[in-house]
Amino acid sequence: MKPIEIVEKVKEKFPKEVLWFRCFREECDITVNKEKIKEILSYLKSSPALEFDYLIDLTAVDYLGFREPRFDVIYILMSIKHRHRIRINAQVPEQGCCIQTVSDLWATAQWFEREVFDMFGIVFNGHPDLRRILLPEDWIGFPLRKDYPVGSELGDKEWETFKELKNMAKGWKEDES
Amino acid sequence: MNPENTRELLINMGPHHPATHGVLRLVLEVEGEVIRKCIPHIGYLHRGVEKLAEDLTYVQALPITDRLDYLSSMVNNVGFCLAVEKLLGIDVPERAKFIRTMMAEMARICSHLVWIATHALDIGAMTVFLYAMRDREKLLELFEMVTGARLTVSYPRIGGVRCDVNEQFLEELYKFVDEFPKKVEEYETLIDQNRIWLKRTKGVGVISAEEAINWGLTGPTLRGSGVYYDVRKFFPYDAYDKVEFDVPLGKNGDVYDRYKCRMLEFRQSAKIIKQCIEKLPDGAILSENSPRIRMPASPLKIDKKDIQFEIFIEDKTIEEFIKKFTDVYASVESPRGELGYYIVCDDSAKPYRMRVRAPSFVHVGVLPRLCEGSLIADVIANIGSIDIVLGECDR
Amino acid sequence: MMETLSVIFVTIIKTAIYFGILMLHVAYATYAERKVIGHIQLRLGPMVIGPHGILQPIADVVKLIFKEDIIPSNVDRRIFTIAPLISLTAALSTFAVIPVNDGWVISDINVGILYVLGIAGIGTYGIIFAGWSSNSKYAFLGGLRSAAQMISYEVALAMSLVGVILMAESFNLTEIVNKQQEYWYGMFLFPQIIGYFVFVVAMLAETNRVPFDLPEAETELVAGYFVEYSGIRFALFYLAEYLAMFCMSALATICFWGGWTVPAFLLKFFPFLEIVPGIIWFILKVYFHIFLFLWLRGTLPRYRYDQLMAIGWKVLIPLALLNIVITSLFKYYH
Repeated sequence: MKPIEIVEKVKEKFPKEVLWFRCFREECDITVNKEKIKEILSYLKSSPALEFDYLIDLTAVDYLGFREPRFDVIYILMSIKHRHRIRINAQVPEQGCCIQTVSDLWATAQWFEREVFDMFGIVFNGHPDLRRILLPEDWIGFPLRKDYPVGSELGDKEWETFKELKNMAKGWKEDES
Repeated sequence: MNPENTRELLINMGPHHPATHGVLRLVLEVEGEVIRKCIPHIGYLHRGVEKLAEDLTYVQALPITDRLDYLSSMVNNVGFCLAVEKLLGIDVPERAKFIRTMMAEMARICSHLVWIATHALDIGAMTVFLYAMRDREKLLELFEMVTGARLTVSYPRIGGVRCDVNEQFLEELYKFVDEFPKKVEEYETLIDQNRIWLKRTKGVGVISAEEAINWGLTGPTLRGSGVYYDVRKFFPYDAYDKVEFDVPLGKNGDVYDRYKCRMLEFRQSAKIIKQCIEKLPDGAILSENSPRIRMPASPLKIDKKDIQFEIFIEDKTIEEFIKKFTDVYASVESPRGELGYYIVCDDSAKPYRMRVRAPSFVHVGVLPRLCEGSLIADVIANIGSIDIVLGECDR
Repeated sequence: MMETLSVIFVTIIKTAIYFGILMLHVAYATYAERKVIGHIQLRLGPMVIGPHGILQPIADVVKLIFKEDIIPSNVDRRIFTIAPLISLTAALSTFAVIPVNDGWVISDINVGILYVLGIAGIGTYGIIFAGWSSNSKYAFLGGLRSAAQMISYEVALAMSLVGVILMAESFNLTEIVNKQQEYWYGMFLFPQIIGYFVFVVAMLAETNRVPFDLPEAETELVAGYFVEYSGIRFALFYLAEYLAMFCMSALATICFWGGWTVPAFLLKFFPFLEIVPGIIWFILKVYFHIFLFLWLRGTLPRYRYDQLMAIGWKVLIPLALLNIVITSLFKYYH
């Protein structure tokens, strides 16, 4: 099915939820409200004409200063049977930064959602095991947000454990001398 | 004995362990030898590639993709280049496409050789390791001949490849792939006809087709369960639509079938390389529109003719926003599975957001599902069979 | 009085000579292992020290002796230190009754086979103690695995020898060798082929060698029971393992291959074989078995724990029992 036809189907089914769509280089993304994201995705998964049985990727983008609401959670879906792809963008605001989990629709979403939580601080309601995944448990801040610095001098934002290690190393050096 | 006084033994397998293929850490809760719970911990190799890329230009970001999956860096580069080419609307010359395909398949053979070597070593067949390394050495030398590097090649460029291949290279490569299927048979005589190997792999770590899709597995790990999905066939890139090859499928979704799939892929890759050498057209290797190494002036000139959008809410700023941000997703079939690059561009010379969809990350996630209820020795077999590279998993 | 003293004196001298030669063999067995496996795997093995690396074992021993002996802080020190000694002592003691030629034996006792099996069983304690006292989970699992494995396979090992004992009508190892000469085929290998098969498999398991090297499974348990050991204590475990290999090979040679003798029918066809001394035959046969160990290590993967147990109890023990039944029936009606 052509991406544009998929968009029309979704628009037809959820007229109030779809905010806009965009097609670029034969790829389409549909931007929707976050409230009914689960219904939309389970419709996409179960509808026989679409049958998006495969969640390729789940990630987020931070549009700080360019748009309100700030975040987009992006679901890249594919159907192995029909061989088509689509992107669903769900808008998530900074205040009340949460969205429903889809880990019961696709098991693979479990780790993707953990990563998005780790990197952007977006909470997935109903996720069975929402912990940090790539960073240490006691890390402060969400690195992939645009207001997180890239440089190595983090100052106060330095990881606590690393600070402790630094102090310990200092102590050892003093002991030696 | 009072059952309240007994407790499970917690074993911390990794991050320093000979069989976890890097710095994967598994916390195993075992009852005797049986695993009750398996919790993977990753992130020991996290370098923040996605964040780093936001601070580099597109051309500068290319070398850091080498460091994701360091066993098949060529495929990583190709994937990144494809995404950027799609974004900028660059057409790659035919010759470059064939060279890329050829190189990507070489990287696939290389990576699978490391896989068979370590997988067999994990199960205890030490000899295969050295046999596979012998052949990998030859391939690495061939890589060095063209790219000047053995592992982190950074060979493809946005819009083509860096330098042309010469006759001597093609001849040597042809000779190698001609002999290669025989060498694969050699590995198979060592393990495939071995009863112990079959006993250790058949019926271990079974995952059904539906579940494999649900868990998002890709590559040979998915095809071992009998699902026909290969990015090279579904969404052909480079010259894959111009060469003939089969996609080997498994049936039972156990360790053995995944092993078998990869062994058959060896032969298919050799076949693809052969065809590429035979069909290699003449011509340019770099597109004229290709961005210069000293990055082009910002904003980028992106051809946005085919953009099409419709807004259903009343907000004036949205149209501006849509015109400013363009995003593309391009994926390649890396030796491990679908490697995807999702790039958001804000018309500057640096990616606004670069997301790497790493197959290893997904595959580590499925480990608890594969391991729980099996024995400690099966964990090792499973880790080997899903073929992970932690550099890619942690990014 | 003088007689007792002289017996003790002679025994000590015999033991010293035996011990020296044995240790040299063990040292070079490590060299042989590295060379053989190296060549199987398209490598050269040790090449640097001495011509073709011939002095490598000596360099290894020197290195291991001078290495720091690390005892982790939370181990049970007493057991931790005696564990390798138990293994080594048990492995060495077995050689007291093993004859290498007619009359070349330290102590020719009448229950030789029982003695060897009994003492070899004690070696297991060393491994279990090492696993338990190390205070490491990997070592602990290795120790447990080894306990289960050794107990199961000792049964099969002993039972496979019952057929030989029935045919030889003796427990004395020299007697067993001499008895084989009375048959025209000159080796128990031919009538006891089932027994020999069971023996070889059980011997691999008993010595923790591939494909049954689960207690020290490198890729699963890192190094198994001796993961916390270093320096000379580590070397002692290795020594015990190689001694056990030699012991089992010697036992196989004596019980199934006719020890230092040559089958009569071979002598008939090739009379010149008579000039080869018995000790050479013995060593050749032992080294054939050692080579078997190495060859298997170069080619086979490792079994899983449950499969190992299944083979022991469901295949080897029934086979050994069958062998006993057949042998006794044959013996009864013959």
